[in-house]
Amino acid sequence: MKEEMKRKKKEPLIRTVKRTELSQGKAVVLRIAALFAALVAGGLFILAIGYHPLHVYKTMVSGAFRSKLAFQGTIKVLIPLLITSLGVTLAFKMKFWNIGAEGQLIMGAVFASYFALFQDTLPHWLLILLMLLAGMIGGGLMGLLPAYFKSKYNTNETLFTLMLNYIAFNVVVFLREGPWRDPASPGYAKIARFSKNAQLDKVFGIHAGWIFAIIILIFVAIYLYMTKRGYEIAVVGESQATARYAGMNVKKIVLRTMFLSGGICGIAGMIEASGSAMTLTSGIAGGVGFTAIIVAWLGALNPLSIFIVASLFSIMEKGSSVVESTYGLSGACADVLQGIILFFVLGCEFFVRYRFVVRKERGARA
Amino acid sequence: MSMLIKFIAVSIASGTPILFGTLGEIITEKVGHLNLGVEGMMAIGACAGFMAGMSTDSFVIALLAAFAAGALSALLYAVLTVTFMANQNVTGLTLTIFGVGLANFCGYYAIGKSETGTLKLPEGITSQMRNVNIPGLSDIPVIGPLLFSYNPFVYIGIAMAFILWFYLHRTKTGLNIRAIGENPAAADAAGIKVTKWKYINICLGGGICGIGGAYTIMIINKGVWISDCVGGLGWIAVALVIFASWSPVKAIFGSVIFGALRQLKYYVPAAIAIPGAFYDMLPYLITTIVLIATSIKMSREKSQPQSCGINYFREER
Amino acid sequence: MADNRKEDFAIECVGITKRFGSVLANDHINLQVRKGEVLALLGENGSGKTTLMNMLSGIYHPDEGSIFVKGEEVIIKSPTDAAELGIGMIHQHFKLVDVFTAMDNIVLGTEEGYEKPKVLKEKIQRICEKFGLDVDAEKKVYNMSVSEKQTVEILKVLYRGADVLILDEPTAVLTPQETEKLFQILRNMKEQGNAIIIITHKLNEVLEISDRVTILRKGQSIDTVMTKGCDAGKLTELMVGRPISLEIERPEVECRNPILSCKNLTIRKPDGTIGVNGLDFEIKTGEILGIAGVAGSGQKELCEGIAGLLKPECGEIIYEGGNIVGKTPEEIINMGISMSFVPEDRLGMGLVASMGMVENMLLKSYKKGKGPFLTRKPARSLAERLVEKLGIVTPSVDTPVRLMSGGNVQKVLLGREIESEPKVLITAYPVRGLDINSSYVIYDLLNEQKKKGVAVIYAGEDLDVLLELSDRILVLCHGEITGIVDAKETTKEEIGLMMTGESKKEA
Repeated sequence: MKEEMKRKKKEPLIRTVKRTELSQGKAVVLRIAALFAALVAGGLFILAIGYHPLHVYKTMVSGAFRSKLAFQGTIKVLIPLLITSLGVTLAFKMKFWNIGAEGQLIMGAVFASYFALFQDTLPHWLLILLMLLAGMIGGGLMGLLPAYFKSKYNTNETLFTLMLNYIAFNVVVFLREGPWRDPASPGYAKIARFSKNAQLDKVFGIHAGWIFAIIILIFVAIYLYMTKRGYEIAVVGESQATARYAGMNVKKIVLRTMFLSGGICGIAGMIEASGSAMTLTSGIAGGVGFTAIIVAWLGALNPLSIFIVASLFSIMEKGSSVVESTYGLSGACADVLQGIILFFVLGCEFFVRYRFVVRKERGARA
Repeated sequence: MSMLIKFIAVSIASGTPILFGTLGEIITEKVGHLNLGVEGMMAIGACAGFMAGMSTDSFVIALLAAFAAGALSALLYAVLTVTFMANQNVTGLTLTIFGVGLANFCGYYAIGKSETGTLKLPEGITSQMRNVNIPGLSDIPVIGPLLFSYNPFVYIGIAMAFILWFYLHRTKTGLNIRAIGENPAAADAAGIKVTKWKYINICLGGGICGIGGAYTIMIINKGVWISDCVGGLGWIAVALVIFASWSPVKAIFGSVIFGALRQLKYYVPAAIAIPGAFYDMLPYLITTIVLIATSIKMSREKSQPQSCGINYFREER
Repeated sequence: MADNRKEDFAIECVGITKRFGSVLANDHINLQVRKGEVLALLGENGSGKTTLMNMLSGIYHPDEGSIFVKGEEVIIKSPTDAAELGIGMIHQHFKLVDVFTAMDNIVLGTEEGYEKPKVLKEKIQRICEKFGLDVDAEKKVYNMSVSEKQTVEILKVLYRGADVLILDEPTAVLTPQETEKLFQILRNMKEQGNAIIIITHKLNEVLEISDRVTILRKGQSIDTVMTKGCDAGKLTELMVGRPISLEIERPEVECRNPILSCKNLTIRKPDGTIGVNGLDFEIKTGEILGIAGVAGSGQKELCEGIAGLLKPECGEIIYEGGNIVGKTPEEIINMGISMSFVPEDRLGMGLVASMGMVENMLLKSYKKGKGPFLTRKPARSLAERLVEKLGIVTPSVDTPVRLMSGGNVQKVLLGREIESEPKVLITAYPVRGLDINSSYVIYDLLNEQKKKGVAVIYAGEDLDVLLELSDRILVLCHGEITGIVDAKETTKEEIGLMMTGESKKEA
């Protein structure tokens, strides 16, 4: 009897075991269950602060779609988030932890703004094209820098790209307070509003960024799954040794992919500056680069899933601003809800790959 | 001369919240977890510390609350990354979004309930947060202002840095912990309770970050609640971890330098027209250069713990 | 009575069962080891040896069965439990913290508090003297040689006062001299009453060091025999399950022309140390050139050098009349030199674990075809052809290769290389981790290539196989050639000597 007690005490109560492949269907069910659990938890939070969760949720969803204007607002939130998520996906697929989307986005906006501010006499289509290219190059260079040091000296890319975000941010502040300061605004330092010529055209009431977003979505999907370069990214991400063995130039692939990854984020920056803010502000990225990392990860680096996740995020973002005005709740409540949902979904990924085994009553001894 | 002394004193104080964040992050990274949620944990700590201070009017309780809230939010991170093996970067970023959001939300909510529309710490607690003034000692020229003129956080921070250094480098537990960060499989095989120590260190780290958060609201904002009170200091703290090459004692000096950079723009004569953004950028720029330099030198002891960012699963085959 | 018997056993395992997902790694295994004896645990790769030992050391937990230590039933929850019971394991892949000193690694995780380096050093020194070990306590692990690291691993276990030692393939990375030194230490321990379990698949070592042998096959414990009065043939039979003639076909090929030669080839490892030094040799079409040597003698660097993955420091590699030094791996592949290197972890190089067969076929051929797009069709038909031809067992050609068994993975790898119709085929350890039947499929594949006139370079671990399969054998020792001999005329002993540095003139 005593023996028995000791035995029970010593055997671990719960241990973790790796699953043998979980079917796709089951994985989806599990994720939906996690989302549901998250909504319940979020509901409890709302309840705790004295509101009716279902009403708040309803307001949130309807808030994102209630009018043409609201819907356009939702799409406006979606555009940069989707593009940036797709950008970091390329790097993540290669297991290059590009946490620098924020900085790449900003740099794209800075490069594009140069043309918008100082070359705005060019023909409209040429100017937009130049801005697009400049945005891509600006973001691309921000991606290339850590990639170069990673491939040459194995410099930690997570920390490097993280630092670049703040360097980029301060570049904008510098431009705002120094060389690009709008002389017409004597008190509060800001950069001049872009002339009409440098603004993205509106298509169906929303700036043309959504068209770019769709093009980039299709481009990234094709690039990853159907091209030789996409295949190279997948191989390098899995094993650099294998890639070298197959005759791939790993360094070149890393540099090229990071340029593209940063470049796509840069395009998001150009679109934000030219289509949304109509100028360059220090808040041009506004955390989109960080959210994009989460979106890309939750979307399992699959462009279609990323589109879905990014849409959900945008609805939540836009919807909560409506909640804010309707219920007098702080906009920060969206962040809190977002966080709660993310925690649940992140936790649920564990159950896709592993499972817990609870100690059996009395080990099955023959 | 007095200008210089004042500048040094201000730098030390200004670096202190960063120091807390850095110390918290160092002991987290030492067990192999890169927690990008420093900003969020600091925000939660700030909020909890502020609210506790408001209702109890006690500095000690406010500190404890900030520590507990920071630790609790780190616990969330630990559950997700240690037990559920979620991606560390994504979880950390989420914690930042969540933490900053929660802090802002609570502040907003509390302001809504208050009569005046602003939140301010009561007089009792603010008097305890003031710079110390030890009659006799604080009046000694040069030494007085340099050593005996700070708010209590500064002394707590520096003491904590030395304690952590001792903990990591002069105790058996510290040796075990460093082993976990370098090679969890080796630590596990040596009988170290990897999961337990990961939890302890991550939570402890979160708690220390929380105190740093309390500093931002109590000292920097002089006890008046504002949204986004941490204002990016958490990210500078992450940078300082690299700059200090994962050493708590070096973090003290690093924090003074980073603090000085934050203050420099107010002290450099206006004639030297260096834009303010440049000073704000410097900590990150220097950190990047340090990061590159250590990787070029391939200095193994001065770089990030090897297993950082990779979750450990014992039965991985 | 029964209890008394159990007292003699340092460890007894009864009916141990362990599953990994759908794989039954251990199936009701029984095993006993006495105090003061060396038990060899013999079995092919994948027979469950390491899994079983990991359960004794608390890394895994058995699904069923019981473990008795010194007569008492125990549950080993963690490595700490194992250490408390006096069980210490020396893993095949060392579990050491690179940036720590030997000393720090040794005391890591022990109960005692922080001690001054000086006191600690003396303690370690005493253990060293007791068992005849030698270590520099303040040396950092990343500066150590393999054998030094192993010594630290052993010290770690002894420091904890272990009296049951488990060594997982300890000799795989050692030179014969180092092996002899290790065996002497093991004998010392045995004399002092320790129980030792040594996992290996090298028969001669089993015969040399052990008192008894327990044989595992496909996760089951087949038999336990006394080493005295046993020979290699009998052990093999037990291990494989049927009598085996270890004869490998060696077809004669008439028309042989030199195709590739190395002149004064020196290659450094990525860490800057010498990989191979001043190699001079040539290989002809229609021959298999075996490469023998202790693990890490330069085989990897030689193979990677020819394949263009490592840049030679000096020397020439002449292929069909031209120097290929400085060409990119891609160019070399296109010239008809193909390499299949099976690394220790099998999937680290050559195959992408998470991809299916089709995508893996693409690895060497994806650049063919114009335009930026991939064409998967030919790869798919190739994959299907290989499944047919080599009898590869897989649910589908899109199933990730990491879910396939070792033998099938190697067939995929080698099959792909052969399909590219190379003129020079470099294979390193292609039968590593395979059961004997699968190994023979691989040998047949290589012979088939040889008959087609391909020049085959075969780096192998098993000298018996090298002697029977190769036409000539090149022996490497510390990156230098100590001899190139005709496989038909040489003996195992002769090669063994050359592996340790005794040179012999070319045959």
